[in-house]
Amino acid sequence: MLLWMGIFFILPLLVMLAVSFAGRGTYGGVEWTFSLTNYAQLFDPLYLRIYGRSLALALATTTLCLLLGYPLAYSIARAPVRWQGVWLLLVMIPFWTNFLVRTYAWMFILRTEGLMNQLLINLGVISQPIELLYSDWAILIGLVYGYVPFMVLPLYAAMERLDSSVVEAAWDLYATSWSVFWRVLLPLTKPGVVAGCILVFIPSLGAFITPDLLGGAKSMMVGNLIQHEYLVVRDWPLGSAISFSLMALVLLGVLAYFKTDGRLDRFEGGG
Amino acid sequence: MNTLQKRQWLAALLCLASLSACPTTPEDGPRKSPTLYYFTWSDYVSPELIAEFEKQAGVKVVVDTFGSNEELLAKLQAGATGYDVAVPSDFMVSIMARQGLLAELELEQIPNAKLLAERLQRLPFDPDNRYSIPYLWGTVGIGYDSNVISRQPDSWTVLWDPRYKGKISMLNDQREVFGVALRVMGQSLNSRDPAVIVQAKAKLLSQKPLVKTYTSENYDQLLISGEVALAHGWGGAVARAMAERPSIKYVVPKEGGTIWSDCLVVLKTSRNRELATRFINYLLDPTVAARTTNRLLFASSNRQAKALVDEQLRENPAVYPLDSTFDRLEWMADLGEAIRLYDRAWTELKMQ
Repeated sequence: MLLWMGIFFILPLLVMLAVSFAGRGTYGGVEWTFSLTNYAQLFDPLYLRIYGRSLALALATTTLCLLLGYPLAYSIARAPVRWQGVWLLLVMIPFWTNFLVRTYAWMFILRTEGLMNQLLINLGVISQPIELLYSDWAILIGLVYGYVPFMVLPLYAAMERLDSSVVEAAWDLYATSWSVFWRVLLPLTKPGVVAGCILVFIPSLGAFITPDLLGGAKSMMVGNLIQHEYLVVRDWPLGSAISFSLMALVLLGVLAYFKTDGRLDRFEGGG
Repeated sequence: MNTLQKRQWLAALLCLASLSACPTTPEDGPRKSPTLYYFTWSDYVSPELIAEFEKQAGVKVVVDTFGSNEELLAKLQAGATGYDVAVPSDFMVSIMARQGLLAELELEQIPNAKLLAERLQRLPFDPDNRYSIPYLWGTVGIGYDSNVISRQPDSWTVLWDPRYKGKISMLNDQREVFGVALRVMGQSLNSRDPAVIVQAKAKLLSQKPLVKTYTSENYDQLLISGEVALAHGWGGAVARAMAERPSIKYVVPKEGGTIWSDCLVVLKTSRNRELATRFINYLLDPTVAARTTNRLLFASSNRQAKALVDEQLRENPAVYPLDSTFDRLEWMADLGEAIRLYDRAWTELKMQ
């Protein structure tokens, strides 16, 4: 286990950390001089705007995935046992197709002459095709579509373990449906919610294919910036510094959560 | 043994056989037949031509692909060895040569190199063909739908025409996009002047609201489907769109633009330079080159090949640049540290 972690996780991280302090070779590669300039560059207002934008999009994606995923996971967990496997399989089937291919499929759906516009016109909602593709909305749709299974699976796992007699007890005690959800269901499925949110938030923060293909590459997210630094500008040290800080921030966030909220959970559980 | 078991055995054996039949390095080959490792652009080979070379030379060719010059360089620098022949573009040839990644060519072993088109001889990035020989080449221009744009556009400024808002696509490539603005301003597309680059950025910012998408991949599809009426792009890709939709036309505007050539090189780490050289000579053979052009719709560097190419491709300005355009074309040069100026301006363009 330790060896496995060392080879596949810690070693690459250490290489990245070392590179992030190095100097840039004009033609890519690194010059092994120690400097903090890469980290100082991170606070460039231009880059701060990129982080802000990525954060907003990742938060919106996570929220939408939660809103869509929660009822879905709940109905799967409540379905007859022999059907649950089928529903879960249906949630996972899209993973068998390459993400790039699925993103291209969305381009066909959203484009001006695409399925979505035709559907809306036939339904009489709009009279002229509207611009759906190449916008922030398209990016959001693509991200939510891509990551909703990451939300559903941990939620399902939490709900499946849920003791239904607890929910029945709440009903018996005349709880309204809102308080059943808010005071019983949600606290009991919280580990699933947290796991799902983390699993959706992190990859959508680093996404770069979706913003390019569905957003028309008209603006950047952190993922695009990192890719740009590595492959176009050939500034591996800056690319490493951005990647490393991004990861450290996410890690700190998760740790902070487990330090505070995790402890409260146990307290409540004991009470 | 019943049939089911037999089948399982067969399947297992097949798996084993297929495992041992994928050599990862030349030494692993089951029959010890020499293998050539060819590193090229995606969609840039004609499979039947590769198969013919394999048969003729009694070797195996493994094709691996990259998506941009920068990706090629990054992969080689990150330590990818074992490739024999690669296809960098003009400015990348000089970078790779300076980085010591290229082997010197044995020109006497490549007789077809003598058949280079006149325009492609003594090119600035490798005048004596020490490291590279031009292979496929062309221009960057505007692909447009003549049903929508009735008068043939003769200037890049058509990409700033508000009538075509939302009907324009630009390459997702900082050098090419800035190149357009710089040529409109009457500057070299290799300008290193910070003030000029800032001006070019302002010009591109004023264009951005009209642009539907920045893409280097699927603009031929966008032209065919009518999603865009004007696409900034490589000639060969526009030629693909023309084949599907005859109203598509191609023009290199009067302000001029990029001329490019992808070149064949032998990598220094190649373990089979003799075979690599033979492969390069094969690709440059007039008949092979003409068949490559017919398939990929990019012009061949071989002057004898042009006569063998399909007639409508020969006369298509998107494939073979018109003689009249040459004096306004410019090779893209490596900018060294000045690339930073473009990078900054490009990121700002995207974030505003």
